Amino acid sequence: MGLLSDPNRRRALISMLTRLNAPICVVCYMAGVAWFMGLAFEPFTLRTYMSENAMGSTMVEERFPAGERALATGREFAAHKKKVGGMPVDWLVKTMQSQGLEVFTQRFSRTLPFPDENKERYVVEGTNVYGILRAPRAPRTEALVLSAPCSPGNNNNQAVGLLLGLSQYFRNQIYWAKDIIFLVNEHDLIGMQAWLEGYHHTNTTGMDWSPLQGRGGSIQAALSLELSSDVITSLDLVLEGLNGQLPNLDLANLFYAFCQKIGVLCTIQGKLQRDDWDTASGYSHAVQTMMLMVLKQASGRPWGDHGLFLRYHIEAASIKGINSFRQYKTDATTIGRLLEGMFRKLNNLLERLHQSYFFYLMPSLSRFVSIGYYMPAFGLLAVILLLRALDLWVQLSALPSRTEDGIADIEQVSQTHLGVLSVLTPLVISHLTGVALYTLPIRSQEMAVEHFPVFETEAVVLTAIAIYTAGLALPHNTHRLVSGEGTEQGWRVLKLVAVLYLAVLLGCTALINFSLGFILALTLVPLAAFITPHVPKLLSALFMVLLSPGCTLFFSIFFFQELQETPVNLQEGWVLFLSVISQGILDHSLYGSLVYPLVALLVYPCWLLFWNILFWK
Amino acid sequence: MAAPLTLLLVVAVTIRAALFRSSLADLIAERVEVVSPLNAWKRVVEGLALLDLGISPYSGDVFHETPLIIYLFHFLVDYAEITFMVSRKFVSSFRKQKYALEADRYPLDCLELIRSPKEMYYIPLKVAMFYLLNPFTILSCVAKSTCGLNNAVIALFILCTIKGSALLSAIFLALATYQSVYPLTLFAPALLYLLQRLYIPVNIRRPSFWWYTLQYAFMYLGSLFVIICLSFFLLGTWDFLPSVYGFILSVPDLTPNIGLFWYFFAEMFEHFRLFFLCVFQINVFFYTIPLSIKLKEHPVFLIFMQLAVISIFKSYPTVGDIALYLAFLPVWSHLYRFLRNVFLVSCVLLACSALFPVLWHLWIYAGSANSNFYYAITLLFNVAQILLVSDYFYAYLRREYHLTHGLYLKRKDGSEATLVLK
Repeated sequence: MGLLSDPNRRRALISMLTRLNAPICVVCYMAGVAWFMGLAFEPFTLRTYMSENAMGSTMVEERFPAGERALATGREFAAHKKKVGGMPVDWLVKTMQSQGLEVFTQRFSRTLPFPDENKERYVVEGTNVYGILRAPRAPRTEALVLSAPCSPGNNNNQAVGLLLGLSQYFRNQIYWAKDIIFLVNEHDLIGMQAWLEGYHHTNTTGMDWSPLQGRGGSIQAALSLELSSDVITSLDLVLEGLNGQLPNLDLANLFYAFCQKIGVLCTIQGKLQRDDWDTASGYSHAVQTMMLMVLKQASGRPWGDHGLFLRYHIEAASIKGINSFRQYKTDATTIGRLLEGMFRKLNNLLERLHQSYFFYLMPSLSRFVSIGYYMPAFGLLAVILLLRALDLWVQLSALPSRTEDGIADIEQVSQTHLGVLSVLTPLVISHLTGVALYTLPIRSQEMAVEHFPVFETEAVVLTAIAIYTAGLALPHNTHRLVSGEGTEQGWRVLKLVAVLYLAVLLGCTALINFSLGFILALTLVPLAAFITPHVPKLLSALFMVLLSPGCTLFFSIFFFQELQETPVNLQEGWVLFLSVISQGILDHSLYGSLVYPLVALLVYPCWLLFWNILFWK
Repeated sequence: MAAPLTLLLVVAVTIRAALFRSSLADLIAERVEVVSPLNAWKRVVEGLALLDLGISPYSGDVFHETPLIIYLFHFLVDYAEITFMVSRKFVSSFRKQKYALEADRYPLDCLELIRSPKEMYYIPLKVAMFYLLNPFTILSCVAKSTCGLNNAVIALFILCTIKGSALLSAIFLALATYQSVYPLTLFAPALLYLLQRLYIPVNIRRPSFWWYTLQYAFMYLGSLFVIICLSFFLLGTWDFLPSVYGFILSVPDLTPNIGLFWYFFAEMFEHFRLFFLCVFQINVFFYTIPLSIKLKEHPVFLIFMQLAVISIFKSYPTVGDIALYLAFLPVWSHLYRFLRNVFLVSCVLLACSALFPVLWHLWIYAGSANSNFYYAITLLFNVAQILLVSDYFYAYLRREYHLTHGLYLKRKDGSEATLVLK
């Protein structure tokens, strides 16, 4: 406790921290970025391993034989789908019933807050069909889910075919200890949301759905299958769920283990893994894979139908079949065997998957970075904020000269009083701007459509951008209304508040969604560290706008496209930017994704506070 | 003075009323940081329902409030919201009077360390502001936690003590003890204060000291006895004793909260339980003795220290308890220049308050974190509180030292000296 009680040592430490503040901050920032980039370097990462005993040592045999018949069922399904012009409910019910499953349907309808232009839907009505295979060997208190979406056009017919093939095959096996639910959901995530809400008797998003007539036990794990061709070259595993939540790493391990065993090519983020980690290209490949995961996780969207299961504490992943121009092809029987193997292992589970990690990043399917390794990268960035706050605190407590008579004290008191007021006004105003950014776009779409020649979706997005930009003009200099003129002390107090606010905000965000927290820290921390009213105005204003959350999103889109090897030009990038904003707002109102409210209500107002400091006069 | 206070009251009540009506109220009422098994409104309602059905409210393991509370609410249940608001108002207005009274005491102190009269003037207002606008208080009020009533009783006790009315003080102290056992430790500071007021020196060889102590103890124990008997006659059974005091002292409910008990006792082997129960509970009571000896000249500060110790070490703490002693901080604003870790501590407290719900979400809803994460934050939160309290204690002692030795200390050779706490 010497440091806390010995005034001399404290003084020495504090004077060192304030004297070397700027260099320490720069070093911390560089170290944070370097640490993060180092995470993809293979010697620094851990090899994945199966932690769950029940899935590790027990060997299972895969004997699924009926791939061709499954594909034929898929073609039949496609024909019926075409005939009905949507989900062939009756046919599905009949087929599942003939296999001996308990079959139920669920109707749902949902009106979106504004039309979704990507998927061209506004009023959504549909039906989910699911069949339950009751466990013959156990008291039916637990369940597993296999789902396949019924997509428009010719997509995913093979997935439904394989699902039906598997259900027929599973029905004849006697070793199931958990109910297995085969679910065909319409309208991808909306249907999935309706089904999950119905299953768990919750209604968080105000959707209309008919209650479920039949249930299995508590769902332990779920796999979602997407398959659009008869043969595939590789299987892609998708893990990122709602709000950047990830399933237990053992689920990924399970998938990887079976791919190795059966000999199927497997990818993550669409990238194969390479063995040449010691070459530059091998390293950059790993970095690209990891960055794709980071960007996807940061978006907070569910990247497959599995994404909504995670919210209910159910480990889930999507498996996508990819058919590229490679020579080596895999047929439906092999995929069926792979799924059978995974389900048999999941069937052996004695408790929920919990042994392995929940917080991880994957630079390849066989390597992972756990929370203990990646958190220091964020910690090094967050330390900068704390150091700046300490520096400001020291400056603030040094500023008022310690006069001995009481009169000066009173003046100080009135000054701090003004300080509080001049901090409160920008705080309140920037948060009100945030609230406007959060509520107005959807509320005012009708008015915008009436007065301007735009569609609803465009109206919402453009209103959001307009409010975002208007916020830059609005709140600065507001403190003058109260105190006449901003004091030296005033902006220091405001900056202290803003820096601490940002530190807490980023810390909480990084705990829930590391990627989002890290990306925001990467852009907001340098800005928070250097901004004062005395830096060159125009240059810093430009710099600040470039580092604002909106522009971060814009750059991230380009970066993402670049990583996916589909680069876009500025025009396309802008269109994509608009659609990403509309998707973000839709994700929030449809599934309860938190990224949009977080940015609108907290991050953006916090950024405005720094903007306010820059224009402090 | 009256106008700003009224304004403050209006603002405070408006915030609470707005939150009551909003959808947040249900959410807040479920938070483990805000309500404990002792004071959750849900449990009070359950107890009332049982009472209406003619069943003892203590059958089952839900209700742990004292009998008087349940009868109080029995009459008030329809107006519950209003009651809670009124109790808040009580707290604040009594506070105000209390510090107006206390203000008379301090100018006796010497030289530059005394507060200017103008500052003194604002202290009641600041205290009321600290209490009424403290987010912790607002949360626990909106959650309709009965903690607000306990705080009101304790505030009344402090007010009566400072006004010097021994009987009322003893009655309210008995009520507070009856509510939650722990305020028992406030007996010592109250006695010291009353003795000081009557200019009776604290000297064990003086009969007048013993005589007064006996008087006060008699009043206290007498009223406690009356209250407990009253509860017995109302209910007709002694069920409430194990169900309330047994529940507080033996900590059977290990729902996570911001205290230190739940994690330890959830992890512990059963045969160590009794031993560690004693170790943990003794913390609350034990510090009374050294603190009373050290602070026997400063009973009001002792009350503050005791309240802080209670709210840190009690078995089911909530943020409402913390708010009670945080409200005292403006009274000690003259200690500000001697505080050393206030920046560190306030940062930690702030960060912890934000992290509680986040880690709770990760643990309970997302399932990706576990209880260790949440407990780590609890631990940090309590360490910060302890640092805060000990920092104030140190500042207080240092101020006393400077009052006698002068502010600018010189070494023997004439250079400036620094005080080091070893």
